[in-house]
Amino acid sequence: MQNADANPFLEATGIHKHFPGVHALNNVNAVFHAGEVVAVIGENGAGKSTLMKVIAGVHPPDAGSITIEGESVTIPTVAKATELGIAFIHQELNLSDNLSVGANIFLGREPRKFGGIGIIDQKAIRRDTRAILDQLEMDCNPETTVRELSIGHQQMVEIAKALSQNARMIIMDEPTSSLTQHETDRLFNLIRSLKSRGVCIVYISHRLMEVGQISDRVIVLRDGENSGELERREIDHERMVSLMVGRSLTQFYQHKEHQVGAPVLEVSDVVVPGLSEQPISFTLHAGEVVGMAGLVGAGRTELAQAIFGVDGEISGTIKVNGETVDISNPRDAINAGIALVPEDRRDYGLITEFAVRDNISLSALDRYQTGKFVRQKEVADLATEAVDEFNVKATSIENEVGLLSGGNQQKVVLAKWISLKPKVLLLDEPTRGIDVGSKSEIYQLIEQLAGQGVAILAISSDLEEILRISDRVLVMHDGAMAGELGRDMLSEEAVMGLATGSGNQPINQANE
Amino acid sequence: MKKTLGIFLLLAAIFLITGIIEPRFLRVGNLTNMARWTGLYGILAIGAGFVIITSGIDLSIGSLIGLTGSLFPLFLVGVGLPIGVGFAFVILLALTIGFTHGLLITKLKLQPFIVTLCGLFIYRGVARYITGEINQGFGTDFQGLRLLVKYRVFDVIPMPFVIVLLLGGIAALFLNKTIYGRYLLALGRNEKAARFSGINTDRMVICAYMICSVLAGFGGMLFALDQNSVQPSTFGNFYELYAIAGAVLGGCSLRGGEGTIGGIICGAAMVEVIKNAVFFLNVATESEFTVIGCVILIGVTVDEFIKRFAAKRRARQHATGA
Repeated sequence: MQNADANPFLEATGIHKHFPGVHALNNVNAVFHAGEVVAVIGENGAGKSTLMKVIAGVHPPDAGSITIEGESVTIPTVAKATELGIAFIHQELNLSDNLSVGANIFLGREPRKFGGIGIIDQKAIRRDTRAILDQLEMDCNPETTVRELSIGHQQMVEIAKALSQNARMIIMDEPTSSLTQHETDRLFNLIRSLKSRGVCIVYISHRLMEVGQISDRVIVLRDGENSGELERREIDHERMVSLMVGRSLTQFYQHKEHQVGAPVLEVSDVVVPGLSEQPISFTLHAGEVVGMAGLVGAGRTELAQAIFGVDGEISGTIKVNGETVDISNPRDAINAGIALVPEDRRDYGLITEFAVRDNISLSALDRYQTGKFVRQKEVADLATEAVDEFNVKATSIENEVGLLSGGNQQKVVLAKWISLKPKVLLLDEPTRGIDVGSKSEIYQLIEQLAGQGVAILAISSDLEEILRISDRVLVMHDGAMAGELGRDMLSEEAVMGLATGSGNQPINQANE
Repeated sequence: MKKTLGIFLLLAAIFLITGIIEPRFLRVGNLTNMARWTGLYGILAIGAGFVIITSGIDLSIGSLIGLTGSLFPLFLVGVGLPIGVGFAFVILLALTIGFTHGLLITKLKLQPFIVTLCGLFIYRGVARYITGEINQGFGTDFQGLRLLVKYRVFDVIPMPFVIVLLLGGIAALFLNKTIYGRYLLALGRNEKAARFSGINTDRMVICAYMICSVLAGFGGMLFALDQNSVQPSTFGNFYELYAIAGAVLGGCSLRGGEGTIGGIICGAAMVEVIKNAVFFLNVATESEFTVIGCVILIGVTVDEFIKRFAAKRRARQHATGA
């Protein structure tokens, strides 16, 4: 394992990187050893992605040196990085999902027949792919089209590709963000096995629990500078957070009780196409934050979207404030007082090329019209107020949303929905991929809305988050409601037990 | 806005350069002529622009012009319908066609290219069948009606140009000032996000195809009034391509969500100016199409480079934020 005396595989010293107006990396040092799992953490904008991009040849540094096994190198391109044994697995996987596993692994360097006149040696691809997959103990056919694989398997294919290029350092950016617990476990096993073979793994993640599980060492960046390092025995949640934010956030994970009022959303016997046949029922009360846990693919997103009318009419009844509402499209849901903040903000939540103002007002435009003409002034006021209230860091409401950081984008999405003054707020992964600072602001916002009597359902794959914000937790498993846990029964084990369908946890049936 | 200005400046530049090399290009008679064609094609380009903004396409414009251009004189001269009734029939037909396109594209999720390609074949065939391939026209009658295109305001500004400015004004108000315009731009850029925002995206897409077809249908009548001789088998052939070219030159992206009415009219004008310049600059008229093709290609290439430059700058800014 890592050994402070051993020669490092890669050493980056005094790295500087400027972007127009920003000193993204300021004299950053980082050392990576063979056979070591190093987590690089920090808030968004701390410079961790930039550092990784410098090492992987995406951005050349302005100053500083990089050595590999003691020899000074320059890494001007990704191709050079690959040649040096550095592989970067991006959060959004770079696979051609219409091609087979084997074709992806050997893309661009296919073995050829007959002395290389361009005829692909399919047999060699199959054989070599098989060999790599066996090494990774990955049970999948080299001929399978990548599209048909789960996200977890697709990621394995990326790792296989890296290994086939003799990668000695694999950088993984938020590798677990779309994995199920089971897939995460598999990934961790794989990381451990790669480590034992002397591969250096660099692990970038916002999920501190996972960082604690897998890392030998943690490098923390803050505002483009080294903020500290933690060795294996020092790694704990509080230390990581305090290095990241530069202050300790002891109150950060405390739950506050809410004043729970009358039922606001009553969902009864809803059957969602594509999920289990078993009808789903649940109730949200005014001022209550209900967490919805479950593995990825358990059907939580589908359920929320079905309630919001995305799939058209569904069977079952939905009542808002005691009155049955017919919802056959999102407009009906909005009119009934239901808002959905979707999981994937870039694809579903925002028009990224639109200005902040136009995004915030998009759902509310029909409330600001005079004979179908938009009342521009009021729309601008609405946006200006929302930007202030939600502390969106943008220089103007004219800013293009796509240029904001993830946390600020998420605040814009929230502002868009909350400005509709919904009675029911469905949040799907409200803090995925955003920094600790924005996270805590979003938690405060949830508290505030609950205080105003909004009924909130928060879908999250982040157990810490579920435990922190929920008054009550609904757990889904395999397209059906697996159970409900009151605050008093709430624990990671209880949630995971229900989510994996393995636990015979007591199910709290009391609704009140 | 910046882009529209750029397109306008480019148009002005081509205009001036041609004028300096060949002063006859700037004679009133020639300017009036160009304005007339700009008006007629501009109406089609506005329609095509709406569809392109939704990231769709309409290939049936030319055939629809053939159909409405044949039917309008047939209704008035052959059948003897009153002008208003004939006009209403044609408009109704065009609206129905646009509605059908939209319905097939949104509800059955057929691809716009295929739906309107089939339209291209069908309407041409229908035009030929109904007319029995016989030339349609108004003869020496309907001089009053024909003034709709023939009249020149102050003796120089041709009516089609006035009409395109009027329609363009309405279209610009619709696109920029109403909630529907905002919805169209939003769904053209990201249909899913628009739908999740509670926008009835299907209805808006259908609306865009109806606008396109009704403008094509109206344009067909104007062309018929202008030409007074409509050959059902060829009338309007390839006009969809001029319309699309105008819209694209005018800043619409086939990826959707982008485009301004001012730009589109400038784009349509640019196609006409280029055609005319080819004639005046003694370039072999046979190579007219080649020149138009090259100009469009250069236009979109430059645009792509500008975009890439902007994206790079953006990426750099983004990297610091990530």
